[in-house]
Amino acid sequence: MTEKTQIIDGNRAAALGAMLSRVQVIAAYPITPQTPLTEALSEFVERGELDAQYVAVESEHSALAVCTSASIVGARAFTATSSHGLAYMHEMLHWAAGTRLPLVLACVNRAIGAPWNVLNDQQDSISQRDTGWIQMYARNNQEILDSVIQAYKIAEKVYVPVMVCYDGYILSHTEMPVDVPNQKDVDKFLPPYKPHTILDPNNPKNYNLVTLANPRLNAEGVLCHGYMEIRYLLQEALQNSIDTIVQTGREFVELFGRSYNLLWKDGMDDADIVIVAMGSLAMEAIAASEMLREQGYKTGVLGLRLFRPFPKKDVVNALRESRAIMVFDKNISYGQEGATCSEIKSALYGSGAKAAIRNFIVGLGGRDVTAREIADAVKRSLPSLSDTTLNSEYPQWICHI
Amino acid sequence: MAINAVNLTEKEYLLPGNRLCPGCALSLAYRHILKAFEGQVIVTVPASCLTVLHGMYPVTSVTVPCVNTPFATTGASASGLVAGMKALGKKGLTVLAIAGDGGTYDIGIQSLSGAIERRSDFVYICYDNEGYMNTGNQRSGSTPLGAISGTTPILGKQQSPKDITAIMEAHGIPYAATANACYPLDLYEKVRKAGAIQGTRFIHVFTPCPPGWRFPFSDTIKIGQLAVETGWVVLFEVEGGVFRLTSASESIARRGKLKPLREYLSRQGRFKNITEDQINELQTSVDVRWKRCLNRAGNK
Amino acid sequence: MGTRSCGHICGESSPGIGEGGKTGDWGDYQPAIDQEKCLPAKQNKASCFQCWLYCPDGVVSKTIPVKVNLEYCKGCGICAQVCPAQAITMVAKEIGSSA
Repeated sequence: MTEKTQIIDGNRAAALGAMLSRVQVIAAYPITPQTPLTEALSEFVERGELDAQYVAVESEHSALAVCTSASIVGARAFTATSSHGLAYMHEMLHWAAGTRLPLVLACVNRAIGAPWNVLNDQQDSISQRDTGWIQMYARNNQEILDSVIQAYKIAEKVYVPVMVCYDGYILSHTEMPVDVPNQKDVDKFLPPYKPHTILDPNNPKNYNLVTLANPRLNAEGVLCHGYMEIRYLLQEALQNSIDTIVQTGREFVELFGRSYNLLWKDGMDDADIVIVAMGSLAMEAIAASEMLREQGYKTGVLGLRLFRPFPKKDVVNALRESRAIMVFDKNISYGQEGATCSEIKSALYGSGAKAAIRNFIVGLGGRDVTAREIADAVKRSLPSLSDTTLNSEYPQWICHI
Repeated sequence: MAINAVNLTEKEYLLPGNRLCPGCALSLAYRHILKAFEGQVIVTVPASCLTVLHGMYPVTSVTVPCVNTPFATTGASASGLVAGMKALGKKGLTVLAIAGDGGTYDIGIQSLSGAIERRSDFVYICYDNEGYMNTGNQRSGSTPLGAISGTTPILGKQQSPKDITAIMEAHGIPYAATANACYPLDLYEKVRKAGAIQGTRFIHVFTPCPPGWRFPFSDTIKIGQLAVETGWVVLFEVEGGVFRLTSASESIARRGKLKPLREYLSRQGRFKNITEDQINELQTSVDVRWKRCLNRAGNK
Repeated sequence: MGTRSCGHICGESSPGIGEGGKTGDWGDYQPAIDQEKCLPAKQNKASCFQCWLYCPDGVVSKTIPVKVNLEYCKGCGICAQVCPAQAITMVAKEIGSSA
């Protein structure tokens, strides 16, 4: 294992991850703050370091359409975007998942307008949580690079596309030390893509025709799916992908020495107050937890690596004995609450957990979130827990309103 | 030897029993398009009547590989197939993007324009039934002035259509042509020619629609040929920038003149409310375009 | 018995005749060919075949004599219109009959 440590930003880490994964077709439309990632990839291709077709598409919607068709034909395809770009390709996200294609998309998390904002929050990827993609969040640039490589292995095993999300600017434009695997080891880890689709005039198939509500016989008299059964199989694949994601993390540590699972746990062994966060916020939360520990609170941090499929079992096991769960969301499902908070509540329902849950909306539109603010928010909530209000109607916003 | 009904290959790539309307010109056109490629294609198709021709899962009525793609994405999907095959070193198959006028003039124009600008190597065929016919005839960017449609039900369309072939030519493509399902041999030859050229090749195929245009389905060929005889459709090709009239348009240019447009309009129920002013406007635009074509053909 | 055993994980369709059913049932008319007028039949050699060329559904065979697959002919009548020898007539089907 001869890795080289490079001081690189998140975009470069993602680009290296794609290059090491030997992607064959790249179609990505530049958008702040993803642009340097796209530019790095075109640099690799033009220098001959990456043998791939770089398709300079005219929109994000087309970017994912190019990748979808390239993948159907049997090529390993990659795209990346943020914010409005991800929103623009929304219909194609559904299409790629429904075709069961092992695409990997790097989402550089950025706020969505209106009004215009180019800075970080996680509303963009959260807004796509229903599309049937596996969604993972990286806390730092090492995890970005490693997750892109693992994403292909997972995607090509379960035939579900994977979105690797990382915070715009905070990670994408911030340099930190990253151990870059060598190509030989990645080749050992990641075998070539074997498509389940076939485009051959000698054995002609037609993909994604209009599908009826009910099952229908084919020309050989075999009863084939209705729309609902095809979609059931997608859900089933997502449910079952948890095992593959865990297994892939285990195989990764064997070759590269860095272990990956569904969650990141810090100080959880004896914590009765747990801070939950996703992405780089989980690192800030660790600093907050350390502050609180110094003040005598028994806090821990649960970082969610996997958001879809939601790792219910692991979350329940981690939170079952907690007294208080403080969920910090860099997103909100308007009219309700932060998406992570809803997922946690849904997972814990019926588990016997007696924790009070509080939800904080933070960091929207690039608003800085400091460890102190997280710690103060936790402390401020603690008195309200004593009158046994397990739930609060709406989340608290940490902002200047 | 010139292609004719006797020496044209018997092999069919469409299986009997598809869902398209009786007398559908698209079905006729597609039969011959696939013959021209000898089935050595990967087809990509957006939402359109063609999707219906292809059938419903799990059975398809066509014996070539096909990728269905969302409405706005035909050009991008074709680009993706080309890029994928190039990456895999797969040769010998043509990527055939085939979309309706809706998927080409309107919702699909952006991705098509982008694909052409990238000099993507595929054949794009726009079959034009002058409306969103798959959903019951709503007006499109190619619907003629004065035509009744679902979304122009009383007043008829108030605008003249775009000239899609001119838009394609403006991109600087190596081959652009207009064809007509009702002149199948001319269509066949153009598709064969396009298939042998590198780069993005565009063919606009006129496909009369009996239920949408409101004429008896036995009259499809008559209507299609009348369109050329009156100059509503001009059959031409532009290869490497050189303009050439073909088939019946070439004959008319050589030794005849166009019939009055109203002979074509009066046979279709969709023009029952068309005004005299609109007919005159259409006749003028036909005359202007015919003159321009004659000039282009004359300038060698 | 569920549909899982078909083995598809996405909407993958395979070719089959009659995808839209027995489309020969659609029309009220079907073509009748007068072999004494039909040019290939009369000359006993491959010629004309305009009906074959213009059939939107490809259900006319390029044989001598020309034959129509009535199981799938939609009865559009284009063949009758284009025949230069007027050898084809569209004949009303009997009520209640199918191809």
